[in-house]
Amino acid sequence: MKIDAVQAGAAAPILSIESLCVTLASALILDGVSLTVSSGEILGLVGGSGSGKSMTALSVMRLLPARARTSGEVRLSEQLLTGMSESEIQGVRGREIGMVFQEPMTTLNPLRRIGDQVAETVRLHHRVSARQAAEAAREALDRVGLSGAAGALDRYPYELSGGQRQRVAIAAATVLWPSLLIADEPTTALDAGAQAQILRLLERFAHDRGQAVILVSHDLAVISQVTDRIAVMQGGRIVEQLATRDLTRGGHHPYTEALLAAARLSPARVSRSVRDGRAILEVRGVVREYPVRRRSQWRRPPPFRAVDGVSLTLHAGETIGLVGESGSGKSSLLRAILALDRPQSGEVLLKGENFSLASGRQLRRLRRSIQVVLQDPYGSFDPLWPVERLVAEPCHTLESPPGAAERRAKVAAVLEQVGLSAADARRHPHEFSGGQRQRIAIARALILNPAVIAFDEALSALDVLVRAQILELLAELAQRSGLAYLFVSHDLNVVQSIADRVYVMQRGRIVEEGATESVFGSPQHAYTKALLAATPRIGGKPT
Amino acid sequence: MRRLRIRGAGFAVGAALTAAFIAVALIAMAWTPYDPTAISIVGKLQPPGRHHWFGTDQLGRDTLSLLMAGARNTLGVALLSVVIGACAGVPLGLLAAARRGATDEIVMRGADLIFAFPSILLAILITAALGPGAVNAIIAIGVFNIPVFARVARAGALTLWTRDYTLAAQVAGKSRARISIEHILPNLASVLVIQATIQFSLGVIAEAGLSYVGLGAQPPTPSWGRMLNEAQPLTALDPLLALYPGFAVVLLVIGLNLLGDGLRRREGEDR
Repeated sequence: MKIDAVQAGAAAPILSIESLCVTLASALILDGVSLTVSSGEILGLVGGSGSGKSMTALSVMRLLPARARTSGEVRLSEQLLTGMSESEIQGVRGREIGMVFQEPMTTLNPLRRIGDQVAETVRLHHRVSARQAAEAAREALDRVGLSGAAGALDRYPYELSGGQRQRVAIAAATVLWPSLLIADEPTTALDAGAQAQILRLLERFAHDRGQAVILVSHDLAVISQVTDRIAVMQGGRIVEQLATRDLTRGGHHPYTEALLAAARLSPARVSRSVRDGRAILEVRGVVREYPVRRRSQWRRPPPFRAVDGVSLTLHAGETIGLVGESGSGKSSLLRAILALDRPQSGEVLLKGENFSLASGRQLRRLRRSIQVVLQDPYGSFDPLWPVERLVAEPCHTLESPPGAAERRAKVAAVLEQVGLSAADARRHPHEFSGGQRQRIAIARALILNPAVIAFDEALSALDVLVRAQILELLAELAQRSGLAYLFVSHDLNVVQSIADRVYVMQRGRIVEEGATESVFGSPQHAYTKALLAATPRIGGKPT
Repeated sequence: MRRLRIRGAGFAVGAALTAAFIAVALIAMAWTPYDPTAISIVGKLQPPGRHHWFGTDQLGRDTLSLLMAGARNTLGVALLSVVIGACAGVPLGLLAAARRGATDEIVMRGADLIFAFPSILLAILITAALGPGAVNAIIAIGVFNIPVFARVARAGALTLWTRDYTLAAQVAGKSRARISIEHILPNLASVLVIQATIQFSLGVIAEAGLSYVGLGAQPPTPSWGRMLNEAQPLTALDPLLALYPGFAVVLLVIGLNLLGDGLRRREGEDR
């Protein structure tokens, strides 16, 4: 069926881009991009951050910043999009080209019902009654599998999960049956289960309904799941176009091979000879409950149990992974482990001392032993502080904080350790890329020589190439200093490549634990199997 | 492009007007053309002329000197009431956001309580109870600025508390109070400055209102509100006497509002 689509496509491209160049602030962003997509075909557009893949998608929609200068031609069927006036292109957007963006939390209007948001697209383009528009919206939501429950159209975005919101966005983008659907990193913010569903949906639109789909992503593993062809972008150019089935055959452009290697995540794990078996962090039967809002004046509802009696152990020099879908309680558990929240029962022992109940001087001393690297490389730094002050922040817990000169030397040393330079200490976080910021976050975690560093989805926001570099850096650091890592993530590929042991968490409980090879090789629990099945891998579709 | 220039013009006009009034108030602290309290029955109700640029009032006082000295008092009262409001309100707002729970409830319900009173009425009540005068006017207006700053600071702080850098600071062992001072407050500064210009303009109006009804600065201290009051019976005879202080209030308030608006837009463009 795929081959059919490719052959049929060769005859009649829906979208053709001809030597498209875009200049923005005298920098060449796109450099002679030429592409075609045919009806029923899914084209993958892949590349690292800044490679121009999103810019290509936006320039098809003519949504580039006003300062951008464009040359070249973009045609949709017979229409020349690049020559259209603003009002003409508005008639194309939404009706003939649908677009889905990365962040499902911000693309929907929080104050409007989802049915109305989907119907809006219909009413923008056609003179139809509210009832007809609502009917079209219901059908579109039905196609994405969201109209099951009664009153489904009347729900607000906050009532939906990230994956459901992304399905609403797809429904809004496809309600008018556009001939082309552009999805820009539609699954990057989602966990594996939701990601698999979205990809399945895109596949259905292309193969059953004959829509042309462009899937933009930095992750070849995701791209290879559903696409028919792949265009690889680097530095604003398309360096290679290939059929997806040829991806694993080898002999590609070096950049394609680099992306491939990064997506495969050849294990960065180091078999460490020095493991003395001493438990550095012990979590014993931790329970974390949150109060539930009262609905009745008379009855207090039972609290929500986010973490339900979890125990785990981290030995010195070891790396463990904690995996589970969003909402499985990983983050609540991590907050308890970091002593940011006090558990309702159970305890967290750090170096044999009770971290959960510590306070004052003892708490500050223990905090020195465990540091954290957080998910969002953009939100985890105070934008007003220079790097030196940010990296030195944990020094606050020392009994005698270092003086200015000593502090500068310390910061310079850790910055060099993570592959940055001492001169970076004077700069501000906004001057760095996402990957560099994550290095700064690691430097901040390292400055006090902690025994444990926890990573809260710390690699999810990075593109695959940068992610591979950071994983290498972490393996190197661990080897040198005997650090223990706790990796909390929904991304099984990352955990598999770095963790010695894995804990699988579902609905607040650990459902499976063991050595990485055995858990990933022969999963016992149904939930682990489902997670693994949903995880995209190169050269093999999930079942 | 064109809209941008117009926006920029509003900001420039606002800044210029505000700066001009502040300059006049500062000059008035050291020098006015005549003693604003010097009475001369012979020279009363003179039209604008070479010696008295803006003329004289019914007691022969130089109107320009009165206006300048009035600017000093009005700006002083408004400024100090903003300072009182910010100094008490911002820490309360930060505290509420940092502690949440009962502390938050107490602070915010307290703010609601103050908001529940019509502000000018309560200011009249306070000055009537404490006795009229500039100091009591400052206190009366300042009290109403406290919940405003508390709410703005709390709302801003709550969003900042969801940022990961506050979490990172907690993991680094910093107390919530310290994070509030080191991370939250500096990131709120621009919002608070904008709020301060708005409260400042409201303070100018409130001071003029209190003085107009005789509860602000007491005679012989010059004040725009009292100038308006004293000019009222003479509107038929010498309308300029009422127009000068009226225009002074209007221009200053417009200037402050344009300035606040411009600052807010700039803040919006930065983000």
